[in-house]
Amino acid sequence: MIVDLPSSNSSTVNKKLVELRESNGVLALGRVLTLVVVTDDGLSIEGAIEAANSASREHPCRVIVLARGARKAAPRMDAQIRVGGDAGASEVIVLRGYGALADPEPGAGMVMPLLLPDAPVVAWWPNEAPAVPSEDAIGKLAQRRITDALSSKNPLKAFEQRRAHHVAGDTDLTWTRLTQWRALLAAALDFPPHEDVTAALVAGEVVSPSTDLLAGWLATRLNVKIKRSPSTSTHGMSLVRLTRSSGPVELTRPDGKIATLSQPGQPDRMIALARRSVPDCLSEELRRLDPDEIYGAALTGVGEISRGRTPVKV
Amino acid sequence: MTSGTKISSGSAGYVNPLRDPRDKRLPRIAGPCGLVIFGVTGDLSRKKLMPAIYDLANRGLLPPGFALTGFARRDWSTDDFGQIVYEAVRQHARTPFRQEVWDRLAEGFRFVEGSFDDDDAFDRLESTVRDLDRVRGTGGNHAFYLSIPPSAFPVVCKQLARSGLSAQDGEQWRRVVIEKPFGHDLQSARELNAIVDDVFPEDSVFRIDHYLGKETVQNVLAMRFANQLFEPIWNSHYVDHVQITMAEDIGLGGRAGYYDGIGAARDVIQNHLLQLLAFTAMEEPTSFSSDELRSEKIKVLNATKLVGPIDETTARGQYTGGWQGGQLVRGLKEEEGFDPNSRTETFAAITCEVETRRWAGVPFYLRTGKRLGRRVTEIAVIFKRAPHLPFDQTMTEELGQNAFVVRVQPDEGVTMRFGSKVPGSQMEVRDVTMDFGYGTAFTEASPEAYERLILDVLLGEPSLFPVNEEVERSWEILDPVIEHWQAAEEGPAPYPAGSWGPESAEKMLARTGRTWRRP
Repeated sequence: MIVDLPSSNSSTVNKKLVELRESNGVLALGRVLTLVVVTDDGLSIEGAIEAANSASREHPCRVIVLARGARKAAPRMDAQIRVGGDAGASEVIVLRGYGALADPEPGAGMVMPLLLPDAPVVAWWPNEAPAVPSEDAIGKLAQRRITDALSSKNPLKAFEQRRAHHVAGDTDLTWTRLTQWRALLAAALDFPPHEDVTAALVAGEVVSPSTDLLAGWLATRLNVKIKRSPSTSTHGMSLVRLTRSSGPVELTRPDGKIATLSQPGQPDRMIALARRSVPDCLSEELRRLDPDEIYGAALTGVGEISRGRTPVKV
Repeated sequence: MTSGTKISSGSAGYVNPLRDPRDKRLPRIAGPCGLVIFGVTGDLSRKKLMPAIYDLANRGLLPPGFALTGFARRDWSTDDFGQIVYEAVRQHARTPFRQEVWDRLAEGFRFVEGSFDDDDAFDRLESTVRDLDRVRGTGGNHAFYLSIPPSAFPVVCKQLARSGLSAQDGEQWRRVVIEKPFGHDLQSARELNAIVDDVFPEDSVFRIDHYLGKETVQNVLAMRFANQLFEPIWNSHYVDHVQITMAEDIGLGGRAGYYDGIGAARDVIQNHLLQLLAFTAMEEPTSFSSDELRSEKIKVLNATKLVGPIDETTARGQYTGGWQGGQLVRGLKEEEGFDPNSRTETFAAITCEVETRRWAGVPFYLRTGKRLGRRVTEIAVIFKRAPHLPFDQTMTEELGQNAFVVRVQPDEGVTMRFGSKVPGSQMEVRDVTMDFGYGTAFTEASPEAYERLILDVLLGEPSLFPVNEEVERSWEILDPVIEHWQAAEEGPAPYPAGSWGPESAEKMLARTGRTWRRP
């Protein structure tokens, strides 16, 4: 069910939510967090809501979408409530602020009365994020701030900002996209021969913050020289090679879909390793709300990697 | 309930530099390995095992190069087998179908045709497995899933030993997975354990009780030991009694071969219900390592005793035909394949007591049955009444006992029941419920029990599998009841399909002034 509340305010929205709960049975029980999605008014809203709804099946939440409308319009707040079939396992509140209400501070003021009592708050910027999320008006309300460097207009610049201004509680989907790669590499080192890794090479597209970040992670974990090179593939990250005395452990993904794991003395093994979708990443992000220290360390590690120029063939 | 950072193989003292306990995102992927399923044509294998394997692959938790080998007496090629798995996955898998995942998984399929007494077939299986090590890099690590009747265990175990399939050397592992029933009494359970233990060391034997793979059951431990709210009242000072129920609304048509002569007590109480009792009543383990968890479970099972006299503290019944929920159903005796004079019980209830200081004097009522009112499994902890009420009788007429109910399935969650004032000018207190819907909100993305358990087998993580000792101890608790019932002249009391069991079930609680909850 979708209820529109044009030219409204937060307390009207709250009242309407209670009313809907009473007339439609128990809708809002068992919500574990409030997810605040900050975006510009436009087409991207529906994609973000869909991702939030699909994540809400694992983490029942209240989703508040803060859509910044035209700044030149007269100040006004339009609200929309979606519950039941239109909201997955969550309840979605879309707040559109116009004029002065499109600015961050008044925006946070609209969101504040609608936060669930006692439950953690997560802020998510699906596209452009503030330069310092932890100092943003919405970011200050949240325990966890999720950004996505890859979806912004200039991924490398956004990633540089993340590195420069990281505080505990920030994460970026750049990191979430790496989980499966990291799991495969860690699993490969679980089993003998238990030799030290002496050097590592990471290759991927030139504009691929995830590739940089993986190199940074390896740099902090392995304490050896890590080289980050461009690759001939155009599908994000495409190769990781860990050199050990008995031979290299190599994970390659030339086509962005299927990866091959090769280890000395063992047959090559293939595995599906598709690039992850945003809903999938968001679900993983919401699974843990404590600061991700490993991510923080990996960001620092990016400063230690050396850059190669020759593209690596995969 | 995680394994910590133990790695099943490898040189001592090795620490994987890429792992860090703070890195909670990293899932543990099973090491190189393969799974061999005996009895691939069965229902369990098609509806649960194959879909679970695909779901694991889809979630990226299986190792690259994972191999799945089917063994059955069918004239199938590997492609035919692949087709069977494909259909099972398309029909029953939980996660969406992804062609690229399927393609990689299907490369590791093999099929070996043969019967259990055929030496040649097992030799072929052995060479298939060895070939997988070479081609797929399974590294000599293989699990054997015996999805077959227990009567076939001896011959299959013997064959596994003879062909060298069970031999583990060095860092390679071989594990065997077995399903209930683990025998039909203490004696037979011991014999079965002896047969399996003869071939596989106890730490390589994984007994599946799929209830323990359920999130809600593991949540009982989280609920009890992670919260301050419940533990202080979780004892005989406050708890009046506990009811553990597993009810099914289906009958036994088509399952005569397995069920006739076995009955509800052996089928369900011995394993599922006593395990649920152990989770509910156990003391806090010092850690969640499998050893600690098991030793607490064994302790509580050792303290669990039957309450007598058995005639009065137990009940058994058999469903009769009639209209159930708008459908005409047959009674057990008319079901296909059952003896018209069958004395097999389809409803069983027993009374236990846990003889520890915490639980002294608190009865645990366990009941299970087929063709009952609805399908439900729950643990209900019923509290004592408040000792003194500052209200007069008329004010609290509608106030029952407080209850804490863990709904194991379906609609997973927790319900709390307590009294609340009825709105109005008068002081009147009535029962209300507070509901935590774990089910409606979480389960869509939470794994099936079999996914969790198969992954644990491949990882060598044993906490969720009952050990030998627990199985034997459970039979020790149950055996006197079954012997008593068998010696009795009368058979089980009839109860109409769709009801909540025979009258004797009500009587066994009524003798102490209690009643069953209607779940």
